[in-house]
Amino acid sequence: MNWRRATIAMLAAVPLIALFAFGFTRNPSEIPSPLPGRDAPAWALTVFAPGEPPLARPVGDTLRLHDLLGKVVVLNFWASWCLACRDEHVPLSETARQYADRPAQFIGVLYNDRPAAGTRWIADMGGQSYPSVVDPGARTAIDYGLYGVPETFIVDTKGRIAYKHLGPISERVLRQWIDSLLPRAAGGDTPRRDSVR
Amino acid sequence: MVVALCTAWPARAQVAGTRPASTAADSALEARTAAIAATLRCPVCQGESIQDSPAELAQQMRAVVRDRLRAGETPDEIKAYFVSKYGEWILLEPRMTGLNILLYVLPVALIVGGLALVAVLVRRWTTPTANTDES
Repeated sequence: MNWRRATIAMLAAVPLIALFAFGFTRNPSEIPSPLPGRDAPAWALTVFAPGEPPLARPVGDTLRLHDLLGKVVVLNFWASWCLACRDEHVPLSETARQYADRPAQFIGVLYNDRPAAGTRWIADMGGQSYPSVVDPGARTAIDYGLYGVPETFIVDTKGRIAYKHLGPISERVLRQWIDSLLPRAAGGDTPRRDSVR
Repeated sequence: MVVALCTAWPARAQVAGTRPASTAADSALEARTAAIAATLRCPVCQGESIQDSPAELAQQMRAVVRDRLRAGETPDEIKAYFVSKYGEWILLEPRMTGLNILLYVLPVALIVGGLALVAVLVRRWTTPTANTDES
């Protein structure tokens, strides 16, 4: 056996195998977002689904991110045609209700859907505790670098994006983030800033 | 780079073929929109530019490109806007900076190195040797 050739072949193969092995550890659908840590893009969007008291806002009202400074804002992009949105509907609606007396504001943003279809979906799902707004031309969705729905952004009290969640969000993740961002929070480790579906 | 070259031509052809512009200014704006849209990846598609994709989000992103051009932004500023929202991933052709340089240099280096190796080996195999001391 020619040991010199075998060694060269080994040395050439090892980096390639290491590169492929590294590739297998990566999730190609996981694309890191540049947004967490940055100021949340401003928006002014019109309410089409009012939500329920005490979180209700009148239909036709314009909600502005700027007016919500000082609150933790949970911005959830959804659509009636989105199956995964059904999975997170109850956790979102229930968590919003539980934080009704805290400085936290939940807002649904209808993505590429008709308000009538959105209203029907909310009724079919048994209601939604917080208001939803329309996003004409998906301008806000694009401003938030949206890939699809559902996606949820949690904005801190200073108007910075603290966290972006891809896919259905759970009550545990919502509580973890909101608690860590609310004023006089009990502290605890800040969770990772983005997550996959 | 190859992807961009492949997507740029059909993109322009589509604009010329299916969107007759009413004025020269509209036509120029559409051409500039198409040129930029052809370099941006459609987030909800597989390897398609927002120019080539019929997806609703791609159409809406093209509208953003068009509006920003109308507002006087340069193509680089518009691309920078999308990169700031989606990251470098949104560019079909990675920028030649940092580790991205490897994407351009490595394939050429591997081809040159491979050809050199083949040349050396062929020469060695075809050259008669006097001593055969290899084990």
